[in-house]
Amino acid sequence: MYLFRNSDHRSLLATIKSDRRSLGICPDFIAVDNAPGLSYLQPIQTLCVRSVPALGILLPASSIAPAALPHWLHQQANRVRISALRMVHHAGIGHTGGDMSSADILTTLYLAILNVDPTEPNAPARDRFIMSKGHCSGAFYSVLAARGFFPTSMLDTYMDPLSKLNGHPDRNKLPGVEANTGPLGHGLPIAVGNALASRMSGLNFRTFVLTGDGELQEGSNWEACMCAAHYGLDDLTVIVDRNRIQQGDFTEKTIRMDPLAEKFRAFGFATEEIDGHDHAALLARFRTLPIEAGKPSCLIANTIKGKGISFAENKPEWHHGVPNADQLAAAIAELSVILADATEVRA
Amino acid sequence: MTHQLFDCRDAYSQELEALAAADPRIVAVVNDSVSSTKLKSFRSKFPDRFVNVGIAEQNMVGVGAGLALGNMLPYVCGASCFLTARANEQVKVDLGYTNSNVKLCGMSSGMAYGELGPTHHSIEDFAFTRVIPNLAVVAPADAIETRALMRYSAQHVGPMFLRISRVPVRNVMPEDFVFTLGKAHTLRKGNDITLMANGILVERALDAADILSSFGIDARVLNMSSVKPIDREAILDAARTTRGIVTVEEHSVYGGLGGAVAEIVAQEHPTRIKILGIPGVFAPTGSSDFLLEHFNLTATGIAEAAQQLLATSRTVA
Repeated sequence: MYLFRNSDHRSLLATIKSDRRSLGICPDFIAVDNAPGLSYLQPIQTLCVRSVPALGILLPASSIAPAALPHWLHQQANRVRISALRMVHHAGIGHTGGDMSSADILTTLYLAILNVDPTEPNAPARDRFIMSKGHCSGAFYSVLAARGFFPTSMLDTYMDPLSKLNGHPDRNKLPGVEANTGPLGHGLPIAVGNALASRMSGLNFRTFVLTGDGELQEGSNWEACMCAAHYGLDDLTVIVDRNRIQQGDFTEKTIRMDPLAEKFRAFGFATEEIDGHDHAALLARFRTLPIEAGKPSCLIANTIKGKGISFAENKPEWHHGVPNADQLAAAIAELSVILADATEVRA
Repeated sequence: MTHQLFDCRDAYSQELEALAAADPRIVAVVNDSVSSTKLKSFRSKFPDRFVNVGIAEQNMVGVGAGLALGNMLPYVCGASCFLTARANEQVKVDLGYTNSNVKLCGMSSGMAYGELGPTHHSIEDFAFTRVIPNLAVVAPADAIETRALMRYSAQHVGPMFLRISRVPVRNVMPEDFVFTLGKAHTLRKGNDITLMANGILVERALDAADILSSFGIDARVLNMSSVKPIDREAILDAARTTRGIVTVEEHSVYGGLGGAVAEIVAQEHPTRIKILGIPGVFAPTGSSDFLLEHFNLTATGIAEAAQQLLATSRTVA
């Protein structure tokens, strides 16, 4: 990690290039103070995208010009997708489809919305994010690394023997993980407890929880929904990754979930549907929560399982399909298109 | 001799109020069971720190974990049968695996709800909880120990299952007792045989020791309230210095105190052992007293089991 204050982009670029030559490394993460804009950092970004298989450069979203932020988030989300795909390919197991469908939501939250600090991951007043769909750990871990909670090099150990990166997240192994999830229907009750604690402690932090849609077939979610509404927990936001596919089939062919928004409304949530891949829409909505004072919020994020990979999109078999080497290369090529539109600058 | 009898739930709820007055992190979480957990007074004194989730045990345990992860200190209270069985995966994952600082108070455990039938008996809860890493499991013997345990639990960082009965018992522990997790408490010294009991059956084990004494048998009585961690040294000492061990619990003979003692004895110092409890069946209907007698969990029944064990035991060198 490089930290440049009042940064001079020429010296930053020179340092990174020198390290690449002499050490063969490139930064996981660069924190930049007082960045005047995106443009002068793009050479570094481009350099690192081409040289680092993992995440490349990530900046505080505050350093990005507001108009450029959605596009930048899209780029980062695709880096997360590429990272997750590499991890699943490496491990030979994983949940590709949900990693892809949730990447934009996760990236937007962690890079632009959540009040979290990797240097103080247990700060009492931090926002809480609960990854209830813990099986989508490829995307989740990649975003946590991107946010700086741990080195991106750890992503290479995904599901290796004794790795801290279990198939499902463990807060006692990795900073930034708030709850141990994996069995479905656990995250929402925990999030309700978080939101109650926020109120009781007076710390008034926000709580976000991302659930799958098939996951909502677990009854514990609806117990938690009744509780959240009864206590009027408007600091709580449930985001549903509505990709309409579960392990065995489409949700609507398995156990019908629609009308899902109506269900949440009936359970006392202020509920909206949103395009879970539209970064501008996600940003705007996340920035103006709650939807309605006195009620918990529910965002049903309509997503595409396998989003960004033409041959995996909306295919139940890619729920936990593992890309082979050719598929990995093809997917990365598709996902990298948006990354290449930064101005190429040659030394 | 008559003794004053105490419902341990009173000690627990009074102590919880005292703790909450001193510690703003303490919050009570219940599943509708406001009266059966004796928390009406807590609710009126600390309405902002009282969460009733309704009849929803899975959510209740998850909410408890979320409160703990939000730096509160939740006491999650409900009938033990529902708390430990209905929400077992939440207890495993949200409490044990997460290692969240939640105190699970399983009320009216054992066959306290005798007449209500096996749905409401909780004679499996040691087994359900004992196997979960990080989770401490404790069944206090009386009101004194319940108070001491509550005070201890607020200081202990990590999940605990406190198994609290509604069956009135007399006080058997010293007034100044200080609870230590993982330590057996010797209530009576003796070197012929060891009676190890917990919960409401400790008083019966003491009475059994009196009966045995009249037959010239000198029984040691240990209060094994801490089922996990368990006092390995006290168990091995009993195995080495007395001629056998009788365990006594208001629980199935599978997976509870007897199982925990047998695991240690069998592997480290084999000795004769008799596990008294409910013998792997659903109990019939009847009052708590009736059912304890039905399964020979009486002073006489315990004493007879001890005598049989001694009669068949080999002399310890």
